[in-house]
Amino acid sequence: MNLTLKIWRQKNAKAKGNFVTYKMENVSPAMSFLEMLDALNEKLVRENEDPVAFDHDCREGICGSCGMYINGHPHGPVPAVTTCHLSMRYFSDGDTIRIEPWRARAFPVIKDLIVDRSAFDRIQSEGGFISINTGSAPEANLIPVRKADADTAFDASICIGCGACVAACKNASAMLFVSARVSQYALLPQGRTEARERVRAMVSIMDELGFGSCSNTGACEAECPKEIKLTNIARLNREYHKAY
Amino acid sequence: MEKLVSKIPDGPLAQKWTKYKASSRLVSPANRKKLDIIVVGTGLSGASAASALGELGYNVSNFCYQDSPRRAHSVAAQGGINAAKNYRNDGDSVYRLFTDMIKGGDFRSREANVYRAAEVSNQVIDHFTAIGVPFARDYGGTLDTRSFGGVQVSRTFYVKGQTGQQCLLGCYSSLNRQIKKGTVKMFPRREMLDLVLIGGKARGIITRNLVTGEIERHGAHAVVLATGGYGTIYYLSTLAVNSNASAAWKAYKKGAFFANPAFIQIHPTCVPQMNEFQKKLTLMSESLRNDGRVWVPLRADDERRPNDIPEGERDYFLERRYPAFGNLVPRDVASRAAKERCDAGFGVGETKLAVYLDFRDAIEKQGKKVIEEKYGNLFQMYKTITGSDPYEEPMRIYPAGHYTMGGLWVDYELMTTIPGLYAIGESNFSDHGANRLGASSLMQAAGDGYFILPNTINNYLAGEIQQPKISTDAPEFEEAERSVTGRINRLMAVRGTQSASAFHRRLGKIMWDHVGMVRNGKGLEEALGMVAELEDEFWKDLLIPGSPDELNHELEKAGRVADFFELARLMITDALHRRESCGAHFREEYQTPDGEAMRNDREFAHVAVWEYAGEDREPVLHREKLVFEEAEMKIRSYK
Repeated sequence: MNLTLKIWRQKNAKAKGNFVTYKMENVSPAMSFLEMLDALNEKLVRENEDPVAFDHDCREGICGSCGMYINGHPHGPVPAVTTCHLSMRYFSDGDTIRIEPWRARAFPVIKDLIVDRSAFDRIQSEGGFISINTGSAPEANLIPVRKADADTAFDASICIGCGACVAACKNASAMLFVSARVSQYALLPQGRTEARERVRAMVSIMDELGFGSCSNTGACEAECPKEIKLTNIARLNREYHKAY
Repeated sequence: MEKLVSKIPDGPLAQKWTKYKASSRLVSPANRKKLDIIVVGTGLSGASAASALGELGYNVSNFCYQDSPRRAHSVAAQGGINAAKNYRNDGDSVYRLFTDMIKGGDFRSREANVYRAAEVSNQVIDHFTAIGVPFARDYGGTLDTRSFGGVQVSRTFYVKGQTGQQCLLGCYSSLNRQIKKGTVKMFPRREMLDLVLIGGKARGIITRNLVTGEIERHGAHAVVLATGGYGTIYYLSTLAVNSNASAAWKAYKKGAFFANPAFIQIHPTCVPQMNEFQKKLTLMSESLRNDGRVWVPLRADDERRPNDIPEGERDYFLERRYPAFGNLVPRDVASRAAKERCDAGFGVGETKLAVYLDFRDAIEKQGKKVIEEKYGNLFQMYKTITGSDPYEEPMRIYPAGHYTMGGLWVDYELMTTIPGLYAIGESNFSDHGANRLGASSLMQAAGDGYFILPNTINNYLAGEIQQPKISTDAPEFEEAERSVTGRINRLMAVRGTQSASAFHRRLGKIMWDHVGMVRNGKGLEEALGMVAELEDEFWKDLLIPGSPDELNHELEKAGRVADFFELARLMITDALHRRESCGAHFREEYQTPDGEAMRNDREFAHVAVWEYAGEDREPVLHREKLVFEEAEMKIRSYK
């Protein structure tokens, strides 16, 4: 199929960006979205032009590197997939596709479609851990965990830190991301000991880093490629109230 | 020969590690603060080492090329992590895990290291559980396990099909705790481009800041490489597309010996290639073989849909050839068996390079819900990629390059032949011999990082407490930086017509065809010539747009591909030298009449260890003789 791509090009963090139009011919529906961009980039390189920069690594939907706004949706219009897993069979011949970086104050653009998500790492380092030194763990089966709790903790822990929730939110809130980590530890007995300190620290740094507030529109849940549930935000709020 | 001192402690196998820990030198807490350690890589081994060393009180600098340490490719491991807990009462023990690994590795790994990896496996599970890894559990609240390829016990702990992600996020959380405490400083979006030696010791690294292009110097009392494997040499593999060999390769060229480079595991269950622009072959966890049955049609070129082919016209070739282990034979055996059927014309799908992995019987017996519980996310992933639903129709799978058993040679302390340079996790060679058993990479990587390196590095650092901070103004740093900049300028200056990826794809094809699942002397000789020719073309016709002083992915790729050419030649040299078949290394000349691998213990019961001898000179071969005091060297049979 033949496609028209309108891609956000921005040389660096300080430069002003703009949309540039590219024509792509003979795109196979068996390609992934990033393979389609690889093909564009190979063409650009052959013409000695600067290829479109985007973050990507595992190409199997788990590392969380990739992410771009595609036709107004983070990771594109198909639910529950990352950009690397978005198949071109969901597009049709003649389509125009608009591709932009995440847009959020806390995620400044580095180049083209690459943004700086180090704010997420900052939040994690404030409290996203259980304080146990290597070597001091008890025998694993000494801490029984209800299967249902372990499973719910797992459902929260699968967040890949891609930033789609922030990008989707009109307030650029990081509540879904923070709530997933807080929930994982809050649901496990191992994490209860420092639950109060954790939730306070993570929420406070989240506010400090310029993420917006949550107004419960649910855009984050709708766009999350890993289908992290809004109920985690409710749990975060409960944990936060309990902490004061 | 005297260059390879493996430092294996004396005494009975089961007491070596205890004895080592009790007698090695230590560094007092007050002195640890004065010592700097560089850790390159943030996967399961790198992040665990950085955090454990930070907990001890050392000053750690941790580097990764990704934008965040949480993205290292350990994240993609699916099936599980082994430990010798014997929670199932099914006859497991540290000793059995050890013998399974030795046998699985086809008697080409170092006994003492393997035993120790098995020994610390239980501590790894305890630690991961304590730091909040949400392992699968039984209704009573205890940890669940499952069985995995190549063994007959259930010792694999798992988190659905995302065990790697959850373990990595566990390590990332310990790392974050140390970052907050200030013992670890994190340097993301940095690529190590050289190792710096002063007075023969590893004293630092040169990195490129991948955002600004700046070349940076970092000094330390010791350097730890946790930089993973080099399976992307095939271009298409199960690895992250940016995974590369460059850090290990720079270390090799600075004097660290490289062991068994030809030992690369080809994973049997991957989604087959679907288009020519494909960059990646996605793994479908080996755990699927617990319930899935592998088959091809009995008749070649059978065009019927799989569900229309009656039971009697299916060839469950693994069950047929290996009745004792059936679908659970080790990866190398399963891969070659699939290739054999496809080469004989029985493959399925458009390319005929695929076999079926069928869950029909398992769903019938256990119910869809149970299967969904075990493999839900994998089935979903398969459907996302291919558009076909594995609950309804069998998966199509084919082998792909996966894990490198070869790597930097290390002694018992995990130190390379360069004093002060360590290699841990997949980047070293010691624990998996010629073939790795499933669910043992997470085990080894976390064991190395959390429990082994933090107990061996002190023995070296105890001799460094008088050494003041390493100054990066030293002439050795000048020289290393000059050579890094010189190479970047050389790559930029080629100004030809082809992209680095175009070369990488062609190199990958040569390697896959000639140095992949099966090898032979003639093919290897040919490949050597083809690689040299392509490398020559690379240095004449490469094109990198833009400048080195900015974010430039094409430059990053070109540097990695340039190193892959050199590594490819060493891999081929190693494969040529090993005139036997063992584990993943299958030389067609050395097989039994029924197509099984034929080992040659008399001539090749050694680790082939290669020393860099300079540009345009053949590497020098050293041999570490493998002595088996406990395990009995047997013909590996899964029949």
